[in-house]
Amino acid sequence: MSDTAASPEAGDEDAERRDFLVLAAGGMGVVGAASFAWPLIHSMNPSAEVLALSTVEVDLDPIGEGQSITIVWQGKPVFVRRRTKAEIDEALKGDSADMRDPQKDGDRAQKADWLVMIGLCTHLGCIPLGQKSTDPKGEFGGWFCPCHGSHYDTSGRIRKGPAPKNLPLPPYKFVDDKTILIG
Amino acid sequence: MSTASQWKNPVIRWVDDRLPIFTYMDHEYQQFPMPKNLNYFWNFGALASIVLVVMVVTGIMLAMQYTPHVDYAFDSVERIMRDVNYGWLLRYIHMNGGSMFFIVVYIHMFRGLYYGSYKAPRELLWMLGVVILLLMMATAFMGYVLPWGQMSYWGATVITNLFSAIPYVGDWIVTLLWGGFAVDNATLNRFFSLHYLMPFVLFAVVGLHVVALHMTKSNNPDGIEMKGPQDSVPFHPYFTAKDSVGIGVFLLFFAFFVFFAPNFFGEPDNYIEANPLQTPPHIVPEWYFLPFYAILRSVTIDFWFIPAKLMGVILMFGSILILFILPWLDTAKVRSAKYRPIYKYVFWIFFADCIALGWVGSQPAEGNALILGQVATVYYFVHFILVMPILGKIETPLPLPTSIAEPVTGGGGGTSAGAAAAKMEKS
Ligand code: HEM
Ligand code: FES
Repeated sequence: MSDTAASPEAGDEDAERRDFLVLAAGGMGVVGAASFAWPLIHSMNPSAEVLALSTVEVDLDPIGEGQSITIVWQGKPVFVRRRTKAEIDEALKGDSADMRDPQKDGDRAQKADWLVMIGLCTHLGCIPLGQKSTDPKGEFGGWFCPCHGSHYDTSGRIRKGPAPKNLPLPPYKFVDDKTILIG
Repeated sequence: MSTASQWKNPVIRWVDDRLPIFTYMDHEYQQFPMPKNLNYFWNFGALASIVLVVMVVTGIMLAMQYTPHVDYAFDSVERIMRDVNYGWLLRYIHMNGGSMFFIVVYIHMFRGLYYGSYKAPRELLWMLGVVILLLMMATAFMGYVLPWGQMSYWGATVITNLFSAIPYVGDWIVTLLWGGFAVDNATLNRFFSLHYLMPFVLFAVVGLHVVALHMTKSNNPDGIEMKGPQDSVPFHPYFTAKDSVGIGVFLLFFAFFVFFAPNFFGEPDNYIEANPLQTPPHIVPEWYFLPFYAILRSVTIDFWFIPAKLMGVILMFGSILILFILPWLDTAKVRSAKYRPIYKYVFWIFFADCIALGWVGSQPAEGNALILGQVATVYYFVHFILVMPILGKIETPLPLPTSIAEPVTGGGGGTSAGAAAAKMEKS
């Protein structure tokens, strides 16, 4: 590192070489920093033992007509309701109504008797009322979210209030007539 | 506002006129004059800064997964190793980072000892370094307790019990430290809290360290001051580039341990959960505490009215605290060992003494190891209290170069080499 190094009059070729070195070294530095940052960020994602809790089996046998239960799947409440004939008719009638998030009842319930939904209001995440027989069920006889007044019908579709979407459906399948597997 | 015009970009200028961060960065990290003869030992301050950042970042991520409770701490660490995405990587980086930190800082300190960087006008810079060392030790000690393995628990017990050697109030202090009558949940919780706090205190003191450094500028292998622009090069690009090379090599070294020998510096016993009813047969601290541990254990007899236990503690802390007054113990006017024909060897003897103490610390305290430890402990203090003051008076230094530029460029052909050495220093 004497006075002769890197004199400002160095030829174009030198300047190009230096630019290349700066770019190459800088590029490697960015790749290195990113590959250090990624494990740090990814460590905040769900860990293996959280992912391992991703399925839940539900026994439907004890649920009578017109009754609901709430179970926990991935930390969220899932509503399982055995609907009455009247509720199903009401839901089918609703199919043709004007809705914010139009969906047929047939697309929401694999078997008309059983409605399985994630019980979190699509507005800002409160749990709507309507699971207990004594709960207010809103103007459409399904669920009512007390936080900011969203009304869901007997198919869990948003009919009135600020929520943008119908209550979401978790992935589930019937293992047999009396059991479903959520997740 | 004469500096304002320096910035063409209006946004930068607007900010800089109100909060001169750009001017500051330009002044301290672009134009900042560095002696042009620095060798790679001057990389280690930058390396220590990198490790500090890596430790803080990985530590914050680990704290998101860790549970500071005696019933869960050990399991939560195992969960980090097995279940958390890249948890093993975070933990191994943090775990080995502690060792890397001490390797780097010890080299950084021996550099200072060899080249006399602690002497006027850099005494405060050095003393802030000693404060940093003490903070690092406290942080590392408390961090080691967190995984709640056998070594964590018994290390915590032994080290906190050091304070019981203090006359009259010792037991009271230990109970206060523990928050109970043994190392227990309360202890673990406060150690976690403090372990999280200390690195930020470290950051602040490192900041002061750098401010002090930028006041006095760097020392250099010749130990003479920069006398003008011919002696220096700007920090950027010369030292940004040179530090980057050092950082690259260092990260390779670091990564080797993280990926290929992650438990090299560790103790297998710490993978056994803490058991307050069973002490492991051979308790050893982490390697970076070994020399101090050896000093602690080498005191086996009472000194007059001071019991052996207290004396061991005094000497152990004294071995670090004595560094605070080193700038005044060393009476030599010449800084660099390069121009001190006797100190050059004395330095290596002292270095060997520290290594010997480290080895003794890793052995059971008995037989030859104990005797070697006692000899090495005595020499450690003799070095500071007798050798350094006396040597400065009796040693004849070699002639110093007239300027940094002279030996670098070879200019002057040593014409003035015969000129008085020590006197120059004060100029
Ligand atoms: C967290 C730990 C530390 C950090 C981040 C740190 C950082 C730095 C940096 C960036 C420099 C300038 C570059 C260099 O000369 O290497 C420096 C210089 C220095 N440090 Fe430290 N340091 C640390 C610990 C210590 C300790 C423990 C001591 C001594 C007890 C110490 C004593 C010094 C001295 C004397 C200088 C000036 C050296 C010279 O100019 O020759 N430092 N430090
Ligand atoms: S969260 Fe349900 S209405 Fe706002």
